[in-house]
Amino acid sequence: MTTTTEIVLLALGVFAILTALTALGESLRARVPAGQHAAGVETFNARIRSWWIMAALFSLALLAGRPGLVLLFALASFAALREFATYTAKAREDHAALALAFFLILPLQFLFVGLGYAAIFTVLIPVHVFLILPVLSALGGSPRRFLTRVAETQWALMTCVYGLSHVPALLTLDPARAGEAAVLLVAFLILTVQGAELTEAVARRRLGGPLIAPEINRRTWAGVGAGVAAGTALGGALAWLTPFPVWQAALLAGAGSAMGLGGTMALSAIKREHGLKDWSDLIPGQGGVLDGMGGVIFAAPLFFHLCALLR
Amino acid sequence: MSWTDRARRLLARLCGQAIVVFARTVTAVRAEWRGVAPLPVQRVYFANHTSNADMPMIWAALPPALRARTRPVAAADYWLRTRLRAFFGAEVFRAVLIDRRREARTEDPMAAILGALDEGHSLILFPEGNRNMGPEPLLPFRAGLHSIALERPQVELVPTWIANLNAIMPKGEVIPLPLIATVTFGAPVRLEPGEDRAAFLARAAAALLALRPANGEAA
Repeated sequence: MTTTTEIVLLALGVFAILTALTALGESLRARVPAGQHAAGVETFNARIRSWWIMAALFSLALLAGRPGLVLLFALASFAALREFATYTAKAREDHAALALAFFLILPLQFLFVGLGYAAIFTVLIPVHVFLILPVLSALGGSPRRFLTRVAETQWALMTCVYGLSHVPALLTLDPARAGEAAVLLVAFLILTVQGAELTEAVARRRLGGPLIAPEINRRTWAGVGAGVAAGTALGGALAWLTPFPVWQAALLAGAGSAMGLGGTMALSAIKREHGLKDWSDLIPGQGGVLDGMGGVIFAAPLFFHLCALLR
Repeated sequence: MSWTDRARRLLARLCGQAIVVFARTVTAVRAEWRGVAPLPVQRVYFANHTSNADMPMIWAALPPALRARTRPVAAADYWLRTRLRAFFGAEVFRAVLIDRRREARTEDPMAAILGALDEGHSLILFPEGNRNMGPEPLLPFRAGLHSIALERPQVELVPTWIANLNAIMPKGEVIPLPLIATVTFGAPVRLEPGEDRAAFLARAAAALLALRPANGEAA
């Protein structure tokens, strides 16, 4: 099978699944008695709607090739950083550091990803930016809540920029096959992590059981277990998207799913801390970029390095 | 109407649209209707004032149908200083311009405000009177809000908190940070029977402060 055939098959498969899920959501809604409101059903439907949007944007980016994919994730990263930085601790004195984060560090990170300079994009933010931004903040002159301010800014950059940039960074792993096969790896990561999250959301209601952390969200161990299992199984079934054998693909997807579900747990804790329901209302009925892509953000760096090892 | 008037009006409308688009893309301004629904009811939105962008921000956060009937109350000495500002103040925002200079003014500001209400407009009002540059979250309110409550009791007085604008564009900075600005609309405040001016203004200020997010604003 050529890569193009695989992309077409994948797109058809995704559209078929989304159509089926949309039909399922509508039938669930039809079963809700008139005048009543089932929050679970509405959340499910809203999530499917946002998947349609993501699938459409992703398809458009694929048509534009590697630059399109890098640009799409750079824009998503910008929106995510805006959501995160809205709630981080900051003072007037951090203005220069934050402006630098949005308008220089973020574009540079995605530029280096686009150019394939792995030696730079894997260390730029966790090492160099980590060391330089606190200096800028200190030059601002205010010691008040200093460590909180610089730590939260670094957290924003690590998740929203570094984490998210490792999705298009997968394109740099496979130069021999000219990028197209690696495009499939991006699809593999997103599909398995999102599949795990969707399964968790459904399974936690079906299976019940004790909550993991009632103060953070309604997640249960049974639901998360089902999510990781579904992600792993989905990974095995989609192994044809990767250059790896079925068992390796399944393990990769399982690791990504566990990381993704863990990451959305951490992001939920931050939302609770700030009394937020959603990070923003960028995607109507769904929430912000961080609500939709949180799991992928946490899964991408691990997934990237595991793929680099196995390759 | 002459064609130059028409052209000016079209230009004013385009400039208004441009401001809304700019506010939505740079600050991703969003409205949170916590205490009232976005309905076309006659209202005075009274808001905290820390930045020159406050008024355009509330204006952009309103749905178009509400925006079309809402006019900001603004200082004439600021909005008439240059021809460009006069165009934006009077024609884009259709501001009710009032004279802040107590001694020199010839027109009573209250008369202009009540006149605009009697024409059916909703208003955006900054009851602190001036921009708040200090560490306090709110300055003491001027008397105007109480006069409106007394003279036009049917008009809803909606507390409106603008969050994050100071972090987006602190005074003296050149580059705005693209953070999310939130405009929160609270439940209307009414003048209680027998309530005096000081008590009412204190209660209105407390209702406005209650909308302030606990976290997320620059300390």
